[in-house]
Formats: sequence, structure tokens, C-alpha cells
Amino acid sequence: MSLLEVRAASKSFGSLAAVRAVSLRVAAGELRAVIGPNGAGKTTFFNLITGALRPTAGAILFDGRDITAIPAWRRVVLGMARTFQITEIFPELTLAENLRVAVETAAGLRLRPWISRGAAASVRRQVEEMLALAGLAPKAGRLVGELSHGDQRAAEIAMALALRPRLLLLDEPTAGMGEQETYDVTQLVRRLHRDCNLTIVLIEHDMRVVFHLADRIAVLDQGALIADGTPDEIAADRTVQAAYLGQAAEAGAADAGAAEAGAAEAGAA
Amino acid sequence: MRESGRTHPAVLVAIWMVLLLAPAWLGLVGGYTALGARVLVLGLAAMSLNFLLGFTGVLSFGHAAWFGLGAYGTGLTLKFVAASTPLALLAGTLLGGVLGAALGALIAHRRGIYFAMVTIAFGQVFYYIAYRWNALTGGDDGLRGFSRQNLAIGPWSVDIVANGVAFYYFVLICFAAIVAIMALLLRSPFGHTLVAIRENERRARFLGIPVEFHIWAAFALSCVFISFAGGLYALLNNFADPNNLHYSLSGDLVIMAVLGGMRSFWGPLLGAAVFVVLQDYVSSLTTNWMSFVGLLFVLVVLFFPRGLLGVLRGKSPA
Repeated sequence: MSLLEVRAASKSFGSLAAVRAVSLRVAAGELRAVIGPNGAGKTTFFNLITGALRPTAGAILFDGRDITAIPAWRRVVLGMARTFQITEIFPELTLAENLRVAVETAAGLRLRPWISRGAAASVRRQVEEMLALAGLAPKAGRLVGELSHGDQRAAEIAMALALRPRLLLLDEPTAGMGEQETYDVTQLVRRLHRDCNLTIVLIEHDMRVVFHLADRIAVLDQGALIADGTPDEIAADRTVQAAYLGQAAEAGAADAGAAEAGAAEAGAA
Repeated sequence: MRESGRTHPAVLVAIWMVLLLAPAWLGLVGGYTALGARVLVLGLAAMSLNFLLGFTGVLSFGHAAWFGLGAYGTGLTLKFVAASTPLALLAGTLLGGVLGAALGALIAHRRGIYFAMVTIAFGQVFYYIAYRWNALTGGDDGLRGFSRQNLAIGPWSVDIVANGVAFYYFVLICFAAIVAIMALLLRSPFGHTLVAIRENERRARFLGIPVEFHIWAAFALSCVFISFAGGLYALLNNFADPNNLHYSLSGDLVIMAVLGGMRSFWGPLLGAAVFVVLQDYVSSLTTNWMSFVGLLFVLVVLFFPRGLLGVLRGKSPA
């Protein structure tokens, strides 16, 4: 059975149809990428899945359960964690404190006005574990707002992981990153997928990352799902090429080159 | 694990020594014990407000409502129900706390200026009730005809009516109890969620925290704490008047918190001390004392946005 199922979900803002009747199934253990030109509705689609927005029509099922009407925070409790395109963290808290809130909430302690020594020690251990996993252990005591962009992105992923999710949704995890940072994040996501067998849905612009990581790729264009398949199928898909080239034609020749490079890379992979 | 915003132990010892010895040194610098008690009470009120403002990131501009309800609840209980100081304090705390919690539930989903405006409106509603309901509250003249009662502890009776120093220590013990509760809450998992909401509401929500419920809980707790402070204020003055509910007092409390430093736990107490002492001293020289407070406030906000305590902390080794 699929862990996540989206049934003909639509979202309109006034007369603008941002997402049009998109259906998608993500199997447990799968790493699914969602790609598409700018403004294709990828982030809106993410917001429908995670409950940041309510769909105008359609349904969202998580582990067979209809969660369309369930508030965002409860979806997290059910096992759905996400990161954002623009990093969302607690800037004036230390890295360890950022993770501590996540660990405590995941442990069901959020309303506790006290904490036992044993529970506090267990929280500390899990925080350290997450820091190590994200490669951030030496920076535990630093204020997150003072960390580099790449470290902040990694911190946000670590916070999502601290929730022990069954489904992890990453919105452009490599956005604004340099070569090395992109590589590090790609390796982290691959480890989570391969070693921890985590189900991951990923929005990503960097085609090298997408074709390197994804089991399957869904392509959105102007709010509609235009293709869904393995990386090889997507690379050979004419509608997808047209969607990217169409956009590139508007944006200029430079982008067209990038899109072709992505497609070529996909062919090689 | 390093904690951001935790007070240095040496600073804590210094604060408590200053407060414990206040009756001894206040006289030497031209103060008096009742002034010390006033600083404690208004400091507690400002710290209660700051539990919400500085640690949950929610601005209430009508917190005098709950302060005043605590004062009236305490005064009315002493006047009409029972001649017991602890019972009156409890009744005042419950009156403000319960009404605050109930009305807070209506507005916990509002944010920013909308939240602040509605809290002002609540405060003014209670202000006019107290102002108009002559038969019960004494209206514009305020509630008179009650007095704090001596404390009975087992077979002993502690004189807090005539003995100002004993009353100061009674207030200090009450202050310490509420402050300890606040500090423990802020160090608990629940307190961590409040700071998380202050830092980034969206991230908090997507960690699985029902943000509205936690904001409501913080608001309700803050109302309970400040009602207790209001009750102490009625005991201090043996008097309660509609100005205890007025939004100008709400504004004063916000000024105290920002002046002292709203990101620091003890900042609002320092803010209250500066405010109360300036009020006491400068108002004996000129009726325009508020312009001096205003000038100081502007200077602090412009040059030390983290407040007076924020400046001190910035200079001391972390």
C-alpha cells in the first residue's frame, strides 16, 4: 500500500489554479522527486500534502487514512515532517536547543511543565544523535542564526529527522548552496533513504541531484501533473522536455542550456 | 548543553541579596520599605506580562485588566467575604486568571496588532465596569474600606498590617514563589515550545505543536500570575481603583518590560525598579515626571534595543 496518496487534489487562489487535479502515490521506502519549471505549483502541492493549505478539491491520504481535514500540526504527529524552501528555524536559539524542541515534542512532552532527569538525559542523547547524523555535532552550542546557510539547511533537516517521521518532505534542500554543500546534502538524503529506509518526497531544481537520488520523478507544469515515472522515462519524455524548453525559450538561451545539460545527465545516469 | 538566555549564577545571587536586604539599605539611599514592596509588585506584574511578551512573542496591550481584576477580587473578598489575606489573594488570582483564560480562548488565533487591540478592548470593558458599578466597586473613588489582615501561621500571628518590613518580606516570599514557577515553566518542555513559537511560529507548527493552544495556555498562565500581582497591589495600598485596570497601566507595564529587557528573565524587574523610582523621585520635583520616563525609554529603545539588562549582559563574560 502506498504511504502517501494524493487523489485529484486542486488548489485555486481566486481565479488562479495553482494545482489542478494532481494525483500521486508514494510507496513506503520510495524516494520521489517532484520537479517542474518555476511557478509550476510544486510548493503549493507540498503545502496541500502537509496541511499548510487546504485543497479546494480532492483528498490526501496518509497510510490509508484520509487526512484532508486534519490540521498541519496533527499531520506531523502522524509522522509527516517537512522542511521549507526558505529555511525555517529558531534563529536566536542554539543548534542543540532547536533540536531539543523537536525531540521533546516528538516524545509527547510538549505540555509537560517539568521533566524528569531520565527523560532529560534521553532527550539529550537523541539531540546528540541527530547532530551527529547531520554532521553538525561540533556546532551544538552555536546560535542557529549565526550558522552558514548550508549548516542552517542541514539543521532544518536534522530537526525534521528528530521528529522520527515516516515521511520526510524536503522543499529544495540544496537551494542557494555551493558545490560542496550540495554534495553533502545529497549524501545525507541518500543515507536517509538507503540506510534508514525513510520515505522521502523531494522538490528540487538541481537536476543532477534529482536524477542521482530519485526512484521516481513526478513533473508538474502549470499546476498539472504532466509526467510520472522512473528517471529514464522522465528523461526521454517529450512533454517534459517541451515544458522545460518552453520555459527556457521565454527565459533565454542560458536556461535552455542548463535544462539540456540536466536531461543529458539523466541519460547518462 | 549551553542555554541561551540563562541568567549567570552570580547575577542571580546578587539580585536575591539586593531584594533580601532591601529594608536595610533602602533607607540609606533615601528610599523607604513600601517603595521596595511597590517595585516587587509592579516588577512581578511586568515579569508576568513578559512571560507572554518576551518568551512567547505575543504582545498584550491590556494586561492591566487582569492586574486590576486581581486587585478588585482581593479587595472585595476582604471587604465582603472573609478577613483573610491568603484567601483574598487566592480569590483575586482566580477572578483575573479565570476571566483571562476564558477571554484568551477567544483571541488566541489573532496575531500582532489585532491581538493587541482586542486585549486593550477587554481591559477597557473591565475599566468601565469598575468605573460605573458604584455600589460594588466604589466607582471613580475606588474601592476602600478593606485592609490586609495579619497572617496566621499555626499558633503564631505575623503582623503585616502595621509592620511594613514584615509586609515587605511577605511580598518578597510571594514574589519568589511566582518567579520560581515562571522560571521552572520556562525550563520545561512546555516552556521550550513557547520560546519556539516566539522564534518561528511556522516551524513550531510543523514540529507538531498546536500553536494556538500553546499561546492560549501561555496567555492564561500570564493572566494568573499578573492577577496575583494585582492582589498584592491591593494589599499594599489597602485600596483598588479603576486605574489599576486602565490601558495606561498596561502601557506602563510594557514600558517596564522593554526598558529592562524583554528577552531577559529579570529585565522587567529592573525596568519596574527604574520606572517606580523615577516616578517616586522625579514626581516630587515636577508633575511632568512621565516625560523623563519617556525620554529614557526612547534612548533605551534607540541605543540599547535589548533593554538595560541586555546591555549589562552584553558586557559581562558569557
